[in-house]
Amino acid sequence: MALAIKVNGTIQSVDVDNDAPLLWVLRDALGLAGTKFGCGVAQCGACTVFVDGKPMRSCTLPISALGTREVTTIEGVSGREAEAVQQAWIARDVPQCGYCQSGQVMSAVALLKQVKKPSDRDIDLAMNGNVCRCATYVRIRAAIHDAARALEG
Amino acid sequence: MMRAQALLAAGAAAVTVLVAGAAAQTTRQQTTAKDLRPVSSFQSVADQQARSIALFEEAGKVLHHPRCVNCHPATERPLQSDAMRPHQPLVVRGADGHGVPGMTCNTCHHTANFDAARVPGHPQWHLAPASMAWEGRTLGEICAQIKDPNRNGGKDMAALLHHMAEDSLVGWGWSPGPGREPAPGTQASFGALLRAWADAGAHCPPS
Ligand code: FES
Ligand code: FES
Repeated sequence: MALAIKVNGTIQSVDVDNDAPLLWVLRDALGLAGTKFGCGVAQCGACTVFVDGKPMRSCTLPISALGTREVTTIEGVSGREAEAVQQAWIARDVPQCGYCQSGQVMSAVALLKQVKKPSDRDIDLAMNGNVCRCATYVRIRAAIHDAARALEG
Repeated sequence: MMRAQALLAAGAAAVTVLVAGAAAQTTRQQTTAKDLRPVSSFQSVADQQARSIALFEEAGKVLHHPRCVNCHPATERPLQSDAMRPHQPLVVRGADGHGVPGMTCNTCHHTANFDAARVPGHPQWHLAPASMAWEGRTLGEICAQIKDPNRNGGKDMAALLHHMAEDSLVGWGWSPGPGREPAPGTQASFGALLRAWADAGAHCPPS
């Protein structure tokens, strides 16, 4: 099925099966490999993107259900929160192997867009669908606090 | 000697698992009959209050079913699967039943079931409010709860019956996708039982 979808601000044409998950359209059809496959069943968060600005697992969203909604991936995420998260991630050296990190960053940015000064509990509840097999959780939480402080100032 | 003890311990654990499995099986058979009796089969109950209660108890097969209780949990965390395990990952009800900032229900549950991954979906996927927690409650308690506008979201009887019989998220319970047992009967037969219960006085089971 030929489709036009809006990804990172640009309308793109793709020819994919109706039930292809958004994740595979991004990775295989559009070559946006920053979004990762971890589980394929909404259990790990590696495939998190924004759909109309809201975090969503792309592995379980069939492309036919996307409609006219706009997708933002790790390659295209921008704005104050994204910059603060990027800086905090670098300063804390958050990633270990890095595999889960694009999903972690998308979820962290989504949280900070909505909660300016998240508590530990806010962070844990927003982030615990993002699994990290290297267990970088402590640095992730600290970096989100750092990013929140940077956004205040 | 130590090896023998270890083997014994392993054997005992296996027996425990088997016994627990059998118990779970029995419970499931008791609580998840596949059909609902039609309203007409209650005509023979002459006493109106007894008939009303019997109708509610029949509808209670649905109310107590995992498809319903999983999203009417006793805590802020939903349950999942026919075995009613705590939802993985940990998610919570949040202020409006749709989760918390950064992790709402529709982060993972999209507008329809996605059978390839066995992830259920609906446009309004969310949890019932805490005042409508059914997990661990008796049918008598649930009956009192759903009739109480202070706890049921301000619904009068007409609105309550409409919710049960027409709401499409409630209706998802009969179309849950592979790997999940549908609620007994149909949404229409469930709605008919509750309408007949209301017509007979909306009496509640004593417990
Ligand atoms: S790949 Fe989508 S949640 Fe794991
Ligand atoms: S950094 Fe390795 S999986 Fe998270």
